[in-house]
Amino acid sequence: MSEANPELQNEVAGLIVSALNLDVSPEEIPADTPLYGDGLGLDSIDILEVALVVSKRYGFQLRADNADNVKIFSSLASLTQHIAANKTK
Amino acid sequence: MSTLPLIAHRTLDAIVAWRHCAPVSARQFLSEVDYVVSLLPQGRHVLNLCSDRYRFAVSLAACIVSGRVSLLPSTHTAETVRQMQRISPDVFCITDQANSSAYLPTFRYPESVPAAAANPAIPAIECDQVIAEVFTSGSSGLPVPHTKRWGSLVKNARAEAERLGVNTTHAILGTVPPQHMYGLESTVLMPWQSGAALHAGHPFYPADICAQLAELPRPRMLVTTPFHLRTLLTDQATLPAVDQLLSATAPLSQTLACEAEARFGAPLHEIYGCTEAGQIASRRTAVDIEWQTLPNVVLDRDTETLWAVGGHIDAPTPLSDVIELLGDGPKWTHFLLLGRHADLVNIAGKRTSLAYLNHQLNAIPGVLDGVFLQPERVHAEDIGRLTALVVAPSLTPAALIQALRECIDPTFLPRPLLFVDTLPRNATGKLPEQMARNLLASLQAPPTNRVLS
Repeated sequence: MSEANPELQNEVAGLIVSALNLDVSPEEIPADTPLYGDGLGLDSIDILEVALVVSKRYGFQLRADNADNVKIFSSLASLTQHIAANKTK
Repeated sequence: MSTLPLIAHRTLDAIVAWRHCAPVSARQFLSEVDYVVSLLPQGRHVLNLCSDRYRFAVSLAACIVSGRVSLLPSTHTAETVRQMQRISPDVFCITDQANSSAYLPTFRYPESVPAAAANPAIPAIECDQVIAEVFTSGSSGLPVPHTKRWGSLVKNARAEAERLGVNTTHAILGTVPPQHMYGLESTVLMPWQSGAALHAGHPFYPADICAQLAELPRPRMLVTTPFHLRTLLTDQATLPAVDQLLSATAPLSQTLACEAEARFGAPLHEIYGCTEAGQIASRRTAVDIEWQTLPNVVLDRDTETLWAVGGHIDAPTPLSDVIELLGDGPKWTHFLLLGRHADLVNIAGKRTSLAYLNHQLNAIPGVLDGVFLQPERVHAEDIGRLTALVVAPSLTPAALIQALRECIDPTFLPRPLLFVDTLPRNATGKLPEQMARNLLASLQAPPTNRVLS
């Protein structure tokens, strides 16, 4: 996964860290490991919290066909790409 | 032998479900049930993992009419699945996902189904038939089964529908999975037994919930939790009109209940229940914080214990929550819920017990001592995460978290997980909660709640 937008990626990492009170710094979140499960260890409650922050900050709403959200949250890079493609502000 | 019908829909053309914006008739549903029955493998015990609520319902019905028992553990961790296999060696899972991660013999839900039969019969199910084993987290680390029979489940579902005024005209969308009791009762069994239609979806994001609600004809109902309700109200500027809201799993604040009623333009009811007795009472929180028992259910008290009795409850069931009875006995129908049983952990609708978590933590090789602590008083809709204090000099935080992940649901992973030299146990080896809390407070270190692996 390319780091098409390092600035945005750092910003998104910062949002995740502050929304969830993580004790890692944004730079410590790897771009390409899963945010879910074995990677950063987020669960569905966290994902929903992140979704709220994303919609507030970037002006669009996350959607999914089911509760899995596997693709968008498969990595920081993919979440960043999704935001870059959909943001309205 | 008395029987009750699988569904209460009056004609074969009645709508039992909405799936991909299209109605599914009782005729189609019953034909699909028969078809799935003809395909099911050997084995009497089933883990129904279908994420599409309609397919879950068809699979459940197929299990019921073929005399199979659904297993409903509180989580689906690798350890839980192994335990299910130990308890019921013939267990297999039913899934509608391409890559199921359950380490069990697997039955894939058929992608295509034959055309509906002309006149499928509505099956009559014996009231004594065991439909499900619902598991709670036992203190010894082993799941404890609670047997659910058809007659009791049906009476519960009908009592719920009667209380909420749900009937054949309603369409019901749930944000909770059907694999847990609340979702099973309110998004599958209540529609079946009131003649209402269930929405096949299981929306997650607020925008999805709104979109799927808007797909349904009115009157429509949203079955949700305090956590989902709060995110929905925070995130969405405009909400689709709804005719009935239902919340359960954790008490809702009156403030949020009033806001939800005002913005959705619908009454919001809460349901109170427990795994052992099923649903016990309801309240319309915006109007009154008193709980009223479901039709024919009463609370009864002897010297020590409070019991739920009557209605769908087959045998008197002790309640361990902190309850204040209102009015004169000897049978009570109104009460206040002052607190849940201290050992019960409930995070966003997922339940376990501190005793179970402590058992799992202390069973990890390298853990010398350890204890989970509930967060102190959190706001009703906030998610209060657990903390753990652990003595494990030979383990890294990452290794310990990984080991915990094997056996407990991610929701209950400690945040923070704090390593200490020793726990302040007293002379008898007990760990007074206040001592543990004092130790926690003294550890002013920044939380080490997330571990990157």
